[in-house]
Amino acid sequence: MVDVRYETAFTLYPYARSADQDADSPARHPVVIVGGGPVGMGMALELGLKDVPCVVLDDHDGVGVGSRAICFAKRTLEICDRMGAADPMVDLGVVWNVGRVFRDERQIYDFNLLPEEGHKRPAFINLQQPYFEKFLVERIRAAQAEGAPIEIRGKNRVLSTESYDDHVALEIDTPEGPYKIEADYLVACDGARSAVRSMLGHDFTGRVFEDNFLICDVKMTADFPTERWFWFDPPFNRGQSVLLHKQPDDIWRIDFQLGWDIDRKAVVQPEYYMPKVQAMLGEGVEFEPEWVSVYTFQCMSMDEYRHGRVFFAGDSAHQVSPFGARGCNGGIQDVDNLGWKLAAVIKGEAGERLLDTYQEERKHGADENILNSSRTTDFMTPKTEIAKLFRESVLDLVEHTDAMRPLVNSGRLSLPCVYDGSSLNGADDAILPQRTRVGATLADAPTDQGWLIDRIGGRFQLFTVNTDFKPEGLNLDLVDVIVAPDDLITERYLGAAEQAVYLIRPDQVIAARWVNPTAADVTAALNTAMGG
Amino acid sequence: MEKLFTANIDDADGFYAELLAAHEGLSEAESYALNARLVLLLSNVVGDRAVLTRAFELAKQAG
Ligand SMILES: Cc1cc2nc3c(=O)[nH]c(=O)nc-3n(C[C@H](O)[C@H](O)[C@H](O)COP(=O)(O)OP(=O)(O)OC[C@H]3O[C@@H](n4cnc5c(N)ncnc54)[C@H](O)[C@@H]3O)c2cc1C
Repeated sequence: MVDVRYETAFTLYPYARSADQDADSPARHPVVIVGGGPVGMGMALELGLKDVPCVVLDDHDGVGVGSRAICFAKRTLEICDRMGAADPMVDLGVVWNVGRVFRDERQIYDFNLLPEEGHKRPAFINLQQPYFEKFLVERIRAAQAEGAPIEIRGKNRVLSTESYDDHVALEIDTPEGPYKIEADYLVACDGARSAVRSMLGHDFTGRVFEDNFLICDVKMTADFPTERWFWFDPPFNRGQSVLLHKQPDDIWRIDFQLGWDIDRKAVVQPEYYMPKVQAMLGEGVEFEPEWVSVYTFQCMSMDEYRHGRVFFAGDSAHQVSPFGARGCNGGIQDVDNLGWKLAAVIKGEAGERLLDTYQEERKHGADENILNSSRTTDFMTPKTEIAKLFRESVLDLVEHTDAMRPLVNSGRLSLPCVYDGSSLNGADDAILPQRTRVGATLADAPTDQGWLIDRIGGRFQLFTVNTDFKPEGLNLDLVDVIVAPDDLITERYLGAAEQAVYLIRPDQVIAARWVNPTAADVTAALNTAMGG
Repeated sequence: MEKLFTANIDDADGFYAELLAAHEGLSEAESYALNARLVLLLSNVVGDRAVLTRAFELAKQAG
């Protein structure tokens, strides 16, 4: 039996019997992915497109309904673009630029994000997580049709995991009873309550924030502007905050902060939340509740994301409070980082050591995400009287001086971390712009042949600016651009230099850069970036 | 950083009187709040994070 733990919004991978269930001895697979959430599906797509055979096991047969992620950041869209999945997301997603901050009954300020010019994708979109997952699965189906070796097994629940030196053994339950398989490598993407993590006995530690949030998704066709509205201490939720965000299909996300001592059962009853939502939207505004749930947030992490042949990615490895939208966005960056490394090791192009750098780089990313989201949570839920006093003081002042705006923290934009100091980093030259330093992710810009981000990625490449440098004997794909003095490539990649050469990793991270390298410099950097 | 260790206020006596006057008639809670707002405003004027960090240390040490 496989228990249904949640309702599904879309059935995408109904249970089907696999030949492995009738095998005499457990079938061995190069990669098994446990969990078909956004991170597991992203991982499968990334590996499948690199021709690495993988099997996804998920204990449901589709995407769960319910209010979870809605903000998908530019980096996530770029990664999805590289995998050919971003167009439907951006087509359906809602883009907003204007935000308003209210306190009590009055607006204290508004802002326009004025996204930086010269990027293919917006800073972020609002899209319901079930759609995000559905588009990933649809892209997997299209890739399968073109021969990508991905298999998704619905209603397959992992019952036990044993890790050995040379493989991982799994027992799996299905509606037709249990069976066993083995994997050369296992990627655990089974969420914050990761069963694999518990089975292998690893800790998950951090902070629980003593607060509750009531999340209401409501359908409303009233003519509200496409803006982000944030309230401190409004009459309809005294002493607490409220956030209003637009999603596709006329759905609005409302987050009510409730405080710690509440009756978690009572607040999800219509008697409680309907009048609250009505008071907020205004008398006479019609709306339908779509999904209502109550959450307590926490920031947790494992110490190590690699344990031998088992990798943890997404919420199974690290969980953040949602302020700043770094959960799913961070998980997709795990996929971006682990995918090419695992593929390179499985294909024998790199040594095992490359896999350890997943821990090194992504722990750094997760720590940064946890730091950012904890700081937001500390502003929204001050822990002490003095913290509360400073928070109120910031809000008192911001009505009189714009200078205090940067201190108001109701969530920061999710940006990818820079892998400063990573052992995969090669040579750098400080004359080139700080923003595109070694360890940073490629900064998009328009080129004469389309967006830079569309021209680079998926393999090691040399990106040359204003030079015809071609290293002899190196089988590296070249992307060369000749720039005009005032264009964005100049600003983002040359700075004061006349020319530059960038070595880019498959995950679009800058591995090394020079003004005027030799072929030997490039060879050395390539070697370092592949784990030495 | 030297500014933390070098007198820099014009008319020191006048400033001190003004600081006390600003708190006159306030309850203890109101005074705390006024001080918090002043810390935030003046921190913004200083700006330099290294100076602010040193100021926090110095203020803690002195108390
Ligand atoms: C209210 C809320 C708002 C959020 N907002 C944002 C946001 O705006 N932006 C953002 O980036 N993130 C946001 N997040 C976080 C985001 O939802 C998560 O980070 C994301 O879902 C993690 O994806 P995952 O694939 O790692 O895990 P999950 O989505 O939890 O998926 C795990 C999968 O594993 C399966 N599974 C579990 N156990 C087993 C087993 N034993 N065998 C087989 N399968 C198993 C589950 O059924 C599930 O399909 C939000 C979260 C919440 C709660």
